[in-house]
Amino acid sequence: MHGDFDFSVLADSLPFLWTGLQFTLKLTIVAMLGGIALGTLLALARLSPFAMLAKAASWYVNIMRSIPLVMVILWFFLVIPLLTGQPMGAENSALVTFTLFEAAFYCEIMRAGIQSVARGQVAAGYALGFTYSQNMRLVILPQAFRNMVPVLLTQTIVLFQDTSLVYAIGAKDLLKAAEVAGKNYNRPVEMVIFAAVIYFVVCYSLSFVVKRLQQRYAIKR
Amino acid sequence: MNYHWNWGIFLEQVKGGDETYLDWLLTGFGWTVAVSLSAWVIALTLGILFGLLRTVPSKALVALATAWVELFRNIPLLVQMFLWFFVVPELLPADWGLWVKQELPAKEFFTATICLGLFTSSRVAEQVRAGIQALPRGQLMAGLAMGLTLPQTYRYVLLPTALRMVVPPLTSEFMNVFKNSSVAFAIGVMELTFQARQMQEDSEQGIETFLAVTLLYFICAFTANRIMAVIETRTRIPGTIAGQH
Repeated sequence: MHGDFDFSVLADSLPFLWTGLQFTLKLTIVAMLGGIALGTLLALARLSPFAMLAKAASWYVNIMRSIPLVMVILWFFLVIPLLTGQPMGAENSALVTFTLFEAAFYCEIMRAGIQSVARGQVAAGYALGFTYSQNMRLVILPQAFRNMVPVLLTQTIVLFQDTSLVYAIGAKDLLKAAEVAGKNYNRPVEMVIFAAVIYFVVCYSLSFVVKRLQQRYAIKR
Repeated sequence: MNYHWNWGIFLEQVKGGDETYLDWLLTGFGWTVAVSLSAWVIALTLGILFGLLRTVPSKALVALATAWVELFRNIPLLVQMFLWFFVVPELLPADWGLWVKQELPAKEFFTATICLGLFTSSRVAEQVRAGIQALPRGQLMAGLAMGLTLPQTYRYVLLPTALRMVVPPLTSEFMNVFKNSSVAFAIGVMELTFQARQMQEDSEQGIETFLAVTLLYFICAFTANRIMAVIETRTRIPGTIAGQH
């Protein structure tokens, strides 16, 4: 079959590939929103004056960051059912894993963001009589978040690419759908190329957006 | 939590073979190190080359290097593995493709190494480019004004400082290579993750298996980190904030 590509099978398998892409997108969005929320809490914990809390958060982040994602995916797939006592589907397991894993990375971004806010802002907030949580919610986090929007998006591009690793536990994402369709139509090569093109187009457009945002939000010097 | 612990599992023999599970894991460790280190050599060589090409005055070369970086950065590593393994042999001339598919010894290893090497090279290139662009513009001008050619200026003036400046970000890339090598399981390289999945299925002692494998990955990342820390201390640039002491 050397060299004779046949991309006509793509049209027939598009609905099937679309269900795969939907899961990929769902996983990306859930892990992004959950990861940013949890990551912000972790960042606050790492910066808190309570040594125990700060230590625990930094252990969590460092451990997550030093294990390959594939191993983390396998770990959760194995351990969650042992803890809850009932089997969990690959898809749900992936949603939990990615949220908890990405939180470690978003945490470091949010921490840098919080630390990038001028010291006077914190003092000014307290001087106005804000409590810690008011100060964080109304003064610091909005600025930290705004400063970090391009970096958060870049991390989300990485996350989008990493979702393909759910292959390890057989969750049906875009790549898995392409593989199955490739087997069904006996056209694995075309399907892999097609999946690669979709990933490339999405990531390339997103990184273009990031570049524009960076120019817009860049600190004018 | 009903889990039957068995820490002696590593010394037990695998089902239907005369090796122990420990042998499996050590083989996996060997392949992980082999893939990662060979890929790192490729990544450094090509990464430095394409990184510096992104800063040269020629528009064509900059475009080429940019295309290289964008191509390898915007496709997931796992998909790239499949591309190299299933697609590239189809694109080669017929008899080469056949040779790759049927006769190339340890083809999983070579495919994974090339794939991981090129993937990482795009990341290294970005760091090297940032390093060169962080230099004062006067360095390039001074080099040229001294009568050095452009390649000489890069070789003797720009790269020696730029490369020393980017050692810290390269440290994380070096650690990432070990982590990313785990993706090679998908095309059948018998590295750590592959062995972990195999041992978990075979022995049904998942937690012990994954703990051991995770520990081995830690050792890789930690060693990589220490090696780079030594290099970083040795290559600090005197007169900078980092090199003051």
